[in-house]
Amino acid sequence: MRLIRFTRIPVIAAVAALVAGACAPGASNPNPTGAVHGGSVSVIGVWSGGELDSFNAVIAPFTQQTGITVNFEASRDQDAILTTRVAAGNPPDLAAAPSPTLLTRFANQRKLVPLDNIVDMNKMKQDYAKTWIDQGTVNGHLVQIFSWASIKGFIWYNPKVWTAKGYTPPKTWGDLINLQTKMKSNGDTPWCVTVNSGAATGWPGSDIQKEIALGQVGPAVYDKWWQGKQKWTSPEIKGAWQSFGQLLGANDANVYGGANYIVNTDFGKVGDPMFQNPPKCMMLNQASFITSFFPKSAVAGQDYDYFTMPSQNSANEGDRVGAADAWSMFHDTPQARALLNYLLTPEAQEVWVKRGGKIAVNNKVPVNDYPDSVSQKIAKDLVNNTKVLKYDAGDLMPSDMKNAYWQAIVAFIQDQSKLDSILANLDKVQSSAYTS
Amino acid sequence: MDLLIQDVPTLVFVVVAVPAVLAIYIVGTEYLVRLLPDKQRPRVRPWFWVGPALVFVTAFLVLPALGTVVTSFQDHDGNFIGLLNYQRQLGDFPTGGAWIAIRNNVYWLILYTLFVLFFGLILAVLFDRVRYESIVKSFIFMPMAISSVALAVIWGFMYSYQPADAPQTGTLNFIVVNVFHQAPKTWLSDPTVNNFALIAAAIWGITGFAMVILSAALKGIPGELLEAARVDGAGELTIFRRVIFPLMMPTVVVVGTTLVIFALKAFDVVYVMTAGNFQTDVLANRMYKLLYQSDNPGGASAVAIILLIAVVPVLIFNLRQFRAVEARR
Repeated sequence: MRLIRFTRIPVIAAVAALVAGACAPGASNPNPTGAVHGGSVSVIGVWSGGELDSFNAVIAPFTQQTGITVNFEASRDQDAILTTRVAAGNPPDLAAAPSPTLLTRFANQRKLVPLDNIVDMNKMKQDYAKTWIDQGTVNGHLVQIFSWASIKGFIWYNPKVWTAKGYTPPKTWGDLINLQTKMKSNGDTPWCVTVNSGAATGWPGSDIQKEIALGQVGPAVYDKWWQGKQKWTSPEIKGAWQSFGQLLGANDANVYGGANYIVNTDFGKVGDPMFQNPPKCMMLNQASFITSFFPKSAVAGQDYDYFTMPSQNSANEGDRVGAADAWSMFHDTPQARALLNYLLTPEAQEVWVKRGGKIAVNNKVPVNDYPDSVSQKIAKDLVNNTKVLKYDAGDLMPSDMKNAYWQAIVAFIQDQSKLDSILANLDKVQSSAYTS
Repeated sequence: MDLLIQDVPTLVFVVVAVPAVLAIYIVGTEYLVRLLPDKQRPRVRPWFWVGPALVFVTAFLVLPALGTVVTSFQDHDGNFIGLLNYQRQLGDFPTGGAWIAIRNNVYWLILYTLFVLFFGLILAVLFDRVRYESIVKSFIFMPMAISSVALAVIWGFMYSYQPADAPQTGTLNFIVVNVFHQAPKTWLSDPTVNNFALIAAAIWGITGFAMVILSAALKGIPGELLEAARVDGAGELTIFRRVIFPLMMPTVVVVGTTLVIFALKAFDVVYVMTAGNFQTDVLANRMYKLLYQSDNPGGASAVAIILLIAVVPVLIFNLRQFRAVEARR
């Protein structure tokens, strides 16, 4: 593998433009692991398999230094487990959630411990882009911190195949549509899309739709939309669905396997047909984490690379949708404090970064910690080319709205002609979901 | 070993303290009863005996059920909103609210119950006549040993779909493509077949249970009766229709009503295989989704109460039948 050497520039895992201007230096740097020794801390998260191995690798040095055991409990059905345990008054010490929806709900119910005095805010303001701190603040208190992020709106392709076929990454939306047409006239299937994810089926498609929305209508409307102040049937949001349909093609003809394959296939398998020989599709849209789901034999930079989704409105070029692992505290114990503060450090975050599949939120993690040329490119892209980073709109909506959104994506993929009734139904959900 | 030592107090508590408390309760209440005049004793004593059961039933069944009723009339913040939760679940017939789930529960109720009874009965009667009965019955019973989640995962693989140009990994589509030369079917996302696909998987899992109970009832029929019928010239089919089946009827009804309740609370197979997507939702899954994913305890409670009301007639019927069987003995 070709290794490109970078100088040790700090990676800002968010918007360069949004980085807090004033940092208060001079704050003492407390031992990140605190003074406690021994004991244990309970954590509920969603990682299993390879991701759990990576998390355990992050925890290993912490346990070694402090003697604190981390009891990690994994469940993909985290909403159910956390809701039950919080309602029963028996929450874990810490929770790590893939989206902040649930934790924000607990924050509004005052079930979370405010972290303002638990983490070193001065240090955090130095190491974290302001957007991440704002995102973790509910009702004026910091209640969530973010450790690793994934950035959406990446279109993955196989450079070897593209070179052979004479395709080049498009710069504008029009180029993308032309490229699609060219692929089809060559007999190639442009896209691979898969949206099955158990109870969360639909979310991968919603990612594509919301990336289009952000690029098409810009951050202001995007915010109004997830806040429930913008109707789904409004021309702005409907337009993003229509553009999504433009990528899928009539009857999803631009996608390998059509609607049946899209809704029945697990999101993690999205890349499999692209890496077959001959490839069954030319490109796929998925967040940065998807590389850990690619076949082990695929080499970054040679077998896969990415370009960012072009915006339809050039004013919004460089606006990205992202999501991150959110941490919250239910019990204020010395061990939980120690673990939380450890997770904020670049030392902790770079362990997983080096293992691949994650982007550190702490901007002190150096670029050449990233294991391959593609993940280094992502890290640099964030610093140099990302203008606005918006959190996943679906994850910011109330759960009812989010679930209806995902189901609407499935319904749309199955029958695009029903768009108007699908959106009308979403408006109906919107009118009640935001009130409680 | 360390764990064992740590758990010794718990062990001592369970082995010694629990029986001790029970013994003290029995002796103590009997002592209290003895204090009463002779006439009163038979009237008071039963209450002391059923007392603990009543306390537990009240604490763990009655109170939570009442709590659910109360919650079903409240919004998220506990304000009384009347029947709004029910209106949301039962409005917009036939595709809105809980109607798809209700429709699917009716499918489950009819198909699951009838097919399990049918297969269970046939298998019990046929295997009764072969020498290798116990071996075959163990095989049919085996799926009962698998947890429903594992069952659903296995059947999920059997139903798996690949596009026509890819090798089929699912058993069913392999047969469809290679034996019948048809296009592969999307068993789990096509609304015309997916409910039946789910029900078939559940039937496979429970048939052994029905078969074993029905087989036991069959064995309880005295041989003389069958012999008498044969002497009278009845054919085997007539014997089954006129002698065996009527005698097994009470068991068939008990198994049937149990299956109806299983069908109404169907959850695990649906949750694992489709998560209620593609119009396969059932009430139990809807309740779960409303409570945990949508954070809507009022709506979830309303669904729970709808489900409870649907189960009550079956329960009453089941109890009556049970009493009728008892009375005949």
